[in-house]
Amino acid sequence: MSAAISRTVHQSTLDDANWVRWSLITIALGFIILFLCVPLALVIIQAFAKGFDAYLSALSQPDMQAAMRLTLLTALITVPLNTVFGVAAAWAITRFEFRGKNLLITLIDLPFSVSPVISGLIFVLLFGTQGWMGEWFLEHDIKVIFAVPGIVLATLFITFPFVARQLIPLMQEMGSEEEEAALSLGSSGWRMFFLITLPNIKWALLYGVLLCNARAMGEFGAVSVVSGHIRSLTNTLPLHVEVSYNEYDSVSAFAGASILAGLAVVTLILKTFLEWKQKNERATASL
Amino acid sequence: MSIVLSNISKNFGDFSALHDIDLEIPEGELVALLGPSGCGKTTLLRIIAGLEQTDKGQILLNGEDKTQHHVSQRGIGFVFQHYALFRHMTVFDNVAFGMRVKDKKVRPSESEIAKKTHALLELVQLDWLHNRFPDQLSGGQRQRIALARALAVEPSVLLLDEPFGALDASVRKDLRQWLRNLHHELNVTSIFVTHDQEEAMEVASQVVVLNKGRIEQQGSPADIYDYPANAFVSKFIGQTNEFQLSHFSTDWFDKVGLSISKEVTKDSIAHVRPHDIEITKTTNDTPVTLKDWQHLGALIRIELTKNLPSGKSKAVFAEMPNEQFKRLQLSRGDKVDLKIRHAHWFH
Ligand SMILES: Nc1ncnc2c1ncn2[C@@H]1O[C@H](COP(=O)(O)OP(=O)(O)OP(=O)(O)O)[C@@H](O)[C@H]1O
Ligand SMILES: [Mg+2]
Repeated sequence: MSAAISRTVHQSTLDDANWVRWSLITIALGFIILFLCVPLALVIIQAFAKGFDAYLSALSQPDMQAAMRLTLLTALITVPLNTVFGVAAAWAITRFEFRGKNLLITLIDLPFSVSPVISGLIFVLLFGTQGWMGEWFLEHDIKVIFAVPGIVLATLFITFPFVARQLIPLMQEMGSEEEEAALSLGSSGWRMFFLITLPNIKWALLYGVLLCNARAMGEFGAVSVVSGHIRSLTNTLPLHVEVSYNEYDSVSAFAGASILAGLAVVTLILKTFLEWKQKNERATASL
Repeated sequence: MSIVLSNISKNFGDFSALHDIDLEIPEGELVALLGPSGCGKTTLLRIIAGLEQTDKGQILLNGEDKTQHHVSQRGIGFVFQHYALFRHMTVFDNVAFGMRVKDKKVRPSESEIAKKTHALLELVQLDWLHNRFPDQLSGGQRQRIALARALAVEPSVLLLDEPFGALDASVRKDLRQWLRNLHHELNVTSIFVTHDQEEAMEVASQVVVLNKGRIEQQGSPADIYDYPANAFVSKFIGQTNEFQLSHFSTDWFDKVGLSISKEVTKDSIAHVRPHDIEITKTTNDTPVTLKDWQHLGALIRIELTKNLPSGKSKAVFAEMPNEQFKRLQLSRGDKVDLKIRHAHWFH
């Protein structure tokens, strides 16, 4: 965040009058403090409102623990799957010519353009007891909606653009000459991928994985629709925060929120690091 | 290894990039693939290497049909136009790559690989750079590393796509000579792409002229220069002056010594190389005027204007040795007589 601000300052010294500069900076900073820093601080204050012990005991409640476990489980399943999917999609789009390519590119972005609630509803329509495939699942005694599989599916859907979105522009820019060179030197396709492609895309890939993970752990809307809010069973951490808050258990709610906020901060730091790494790499590549 | 292409065609959508290409290249030749931009040189090279699939036709290497073989199975070294060095690997690792990815059964030991890599780097005279990364090299150095990397797998055919395309003129000259010597030493059947006719003539033992996806002519540099098969080749290889019969009077053709044979029609065009035009100073009333000249090292390039019967004028270029030009003691605006020693007629 601070990097972005200092860059603006340098650019605007070129021509803007001083007062324009300072008022813009003040507005931007004010906004950030009011809408980002204050709420974050409030979360922490509320979480510790009844002391450190209350905070710890809120975190160690079985419901809270179950919510954290479910959130981790969801991320553990969806992030690797979407990493593989993202790489495959980016590969197909940047390395092959085929009919329907533009449609695929558009479809990859679909989860970004549809409201998460709608995404959740789609899964209810598909797999719910009244849904299209509901009967089949009912007969085979498989519960998707209001159960863990539904949560995983919804998260999978919501987070699938992240990795592909990071890789497609990079792989387009890189071109396939190095890969072709590797093949012409006798390398197999797999070796080419692990020895040539992967080292070149690793930072962008990690960046995509990071964003994918942050969203997988933080997703609320779609998961809320399919979860059914069953305590200890189908509540992810964001859902547990909401449930606790609605039940006036504010320490629990804010303790959970503080974990999510901490996750966000860690993500932000890693994200900055990865951005810096990518920029460095591109700078040397373009020499 | 000999290369035989028969009936190769390639379409990109509706666009026909290559059209019925037939080509035979005997073992050990150094062939230049020459043609204007977009004529299909890179496409042809990529098809031979297996980086692109041909729509029809066959590719035989040493008599063996390799049309369906994957790139990695063709044993062809490919040097890319922009080098395509592995940017995250050192020069050493780049060159060693081809040996390291071999199957376990045939892979040399790491010490053998190191020995061979250093030998190759010495061959391209860059062993001292083995620890550098590609972005720390100059263009000419990258070029040579790309070549060393391709040679590491002992390819039976070497394909080079505009090997000197991105380099400045003096580096190009050096590398041309160097490539020819290297080819002498290794004797690998090689094809290199260029759109610089001078480069093709200087380096290659055979030249293949390509235009709009078709082969116009194949032959030794001398053949192609002295006996161009058609107007395109004549114009593309070296400079020519074009004289269309209908634009001049037949008298004038007689006067400058151009004989008009039976096949010549109104639309026939005589192609005359600048060095096949001789000029002499005259006081007669001739329609040719000396306009200007430029020094091209040992030669002088002379710009003349010829008034046409139609009232327009045409620029004519002649070339002659410096000394000879000095002896003529010409100045701008002088009237001159032309003698044309040799012309190619295209109908
Ligand atoms: N992948 C592709 N899709 C569509 N058209 C292509 C493709 N590759 C090449 N072409 C077309 O085929 C023609 C031949 O291209 P090619 O790259 O072989 O030309 P070239 O002779 O190597 O030209 P240059 O000297 O500019 O490199 C060009 O008109 C090009 O636009
Ligand atoms: Mg090309």
